[in-house]
Amino acid sequence: MTPAPDTAMVTADGLPLKLKLRQAERRKKLTAFLLVTPLLLFIIVTFVVPIFDMMRRSIDNPEIGEVLPRTTEALQAWDGRDLPPESVYAAFAADMVEGRENRTTGRVATRLNYEISGMRSAVNSTARRAARLEAPFKESLIETHARWGDPYTWQVIQRESGRFTASYYLSALDLRYDESGRITLQPEEQRIYLPLALRTFWLSGLVTVITLILGFPVAYMLATLPLRYSNLLMILVLLPFWTSLLVRTTSWIVILQSQGVFNDIVAFFFGEGARMQLMHNQIGTVIAMSHILLPFMILPLYSVMKTIPPGYMRAARSLGANPFTAFRRVYLPQTIPGIGAGALLVFILSIGYYITPALVGGRTGQLVGNLVAFHIQNSLNWGLAAALGTLLLGSVVILYFVYNRLIGIDNMKLG
Amino acid sequence: MMTPLPPYAGKLERAWHWFYRGFCALVFFFLIAPILVIIPLSFNAEPYFTFTREMLTFDPDGYSLRWYQDFFTSESWLRSVRNSFVIAISATMVATVLGTVAALGLARSYLPFRAALMGLLISPMIVPLIISAAGMYFFYSSIGLAQTFVGVILAHAALGTPFVVITVTATLIGFDYSLVRAAQSLGATPTYAFFKVIMPLITPGVISGALFAFITSFDEVVVVLFLAGVEQRTIPREMWSGIREHISPTILAVATILVAISIALLVTVELLRRRSARLRGLSS
Repeated sequence: MTPAPDTAMVTADGLPLKLKLRQAERRKKLTAFLLVTPLLLFIIVTFVVPIFDMMRRSIDNPEIGEVLPRTTEALQAWDGRDLPPESVYAAFAADMVEGRENRTTGRVATRLNYEISGMRSAVNSTARRAARLEAPFKESLIETHARWGDPYTWQVIQRESGRFTASYYLSALDLRYDESGRITLQPEEQRIYLPLALRTFWLSGLVTVITLILGFPVAYMLATLPLRYSNLLMILVLLPFWTSLLVRTTSWIVILQSQGVFNDIVAFFFGEGARMQLMHNQIGTVIAMSHILLPFMILPLYSVMKTIPPGYMRAARSLGANPFTAFRRVYLPQTIPGIGAGALLVFILSIGYYITPALVGGRTGQLVGNLVAFHIQNSLNWGLAAALGTLLLGSVVILYFVYNRLIGIDNMKLG
Repeated sequence: MMTPLPPYAGKLERAWHWFYRGFCALVFFFLIAPILVIIPLSFNAEPYFTFTREMLTFDPDGYSLRWYQDFFTSESWLRSVRNSFVIAISATMVATVLGTVAALGLARSYLPFRAALMGLLISPMIVPLIISAAGMYFFYSSIGLAQTFVGVILAHAALGTPFVVITVTATLIGFDYSLVRAAQSLGATPTYAFFKVIMPLITPGVISGALFAFITSFDEVVVVLFLAGVEQRTIPREMWSGIREHISPTILAVATILVAISIALLVTVELLRRRSARLRGLSS
């Protein structure tokens, strides 16, 4: 009466237990996944798609291909040397006439102006006179505007007539095409974004170091004091954390401005001449950002230090280490995960900062984020804004992966 | 080092001890003073951002409530208060419902692609606000949601969900699902078991997640700067233009009110955290 080796255990409805178990497992997984689905869809639509839309914009290049279709086609046969043949000029004149009717030449004017300054007026003035142009178009176009007699203009139109472009990224990295079409660095005095990126990294690093120097002793104090006292002191850390960013920035304006609280105290002790310029420069940005980001340093440090048994230090002392050696050799190495977490968090948050530099930074205290906003709201160069934003996002994502490797996203704690 | 100095401590150790305490005191001062300094200044009788002689000598004439009066009688400020609450409460409701439901799934270790999903759902918290705002501005304007309440609410809800997901998932860590099975074996329907067994446990997490989502929306200004029209201006947006354009101490009165609100929220979250730890049997 031993069961045959091939008869597996079955459930009440006659199905093998193994199969039934697998079904149940699959149903469990499906249920868990279905619970996540609504939020997943919501985040994709409201957040992920917009981010990808921004990335698409950074390489999107519809203007020339759409507004100058004939020119684009005629230029394909051109070898790029000297001036293009009459057929290209004729095609361009026809495109301008049509573009003038459809009111689309402005897009080309703006687009070409990003590549060669002064092209806006060249295109616009040509568009105004497009209907009156006569053959031979080469001569009459060059007469309308000298730019059409420069082979470089046509090289640029040829290069930028594709559906996608790298030119926004080149601008965002202070690169350009030289006369022979090679990619080179902008001359030093025209570089904007590389110095800005350097400044952003430098100021973020500075804020990180300052918050570490200020935050480490405080976190240590909070972790080693009896709970009664540390809970009270913790409020002093958490209150700024919960206070509105705008409120904290306002406070710093009140304190730092030349007729502000700090300078009034300085003037009281050292005379009116001692007032310092602390706002609308990098000093203001660094002070205000260090204050705003300090809790983000203290909290991860504190949660790591809280797990270090105080006995280790006592053991080191009793084995003859002086307090400094005990601290350096025994305590400090154990706080490294906390230092890493806090420093990365503060650095990641700083490089994307916008509000505080915009309000207290003046001209020299601006960061990459401010230029993104500037190109969206003022210069209306959305492609460049998108390229800058994508590069900034790339840096944050890389740092975030480092963070995840070192600390793990699941260990992120709030409050 | 924080325990009282042992009697055998040397001179150097004593000096270091007091230096260390003094340094920490200065850092605490640095943390808290900028927030406290605006409170007395908001009662300034003069339109200055600094202490007047009358204020320093505690002359009653140096103090007044005129900036609060200004705030409570100004049409644009009152509208911004209304907008802030409408937007923050709506965004919080969306974020809390979606975030809580998702957290119930994310807390199961057998969820497929769990790490990737978690990363994606947390991403609104990691991506710098200026980039989120830029992306949302481009996309929402192309589908006609820019300068509408719906657009701002959806954006803020997206920014708030990671906080709900994190806090609710945290309360579910270590949860014993056999409790749910026990309830069901005793005849409870899955819904009943959810409300009677899981819900009481995650409620503190849900509420503190909701509070985080609320404060995120309530404080948020970058997305509002890009997405909101004049009709949707919130308190931080009004403060932003107050600082940039027509600076008046009314901002300080508003700031003081906001500090009071943050203290209330901080206390609530702290109490909830302790209650949650107690419920889960962790020492508080």
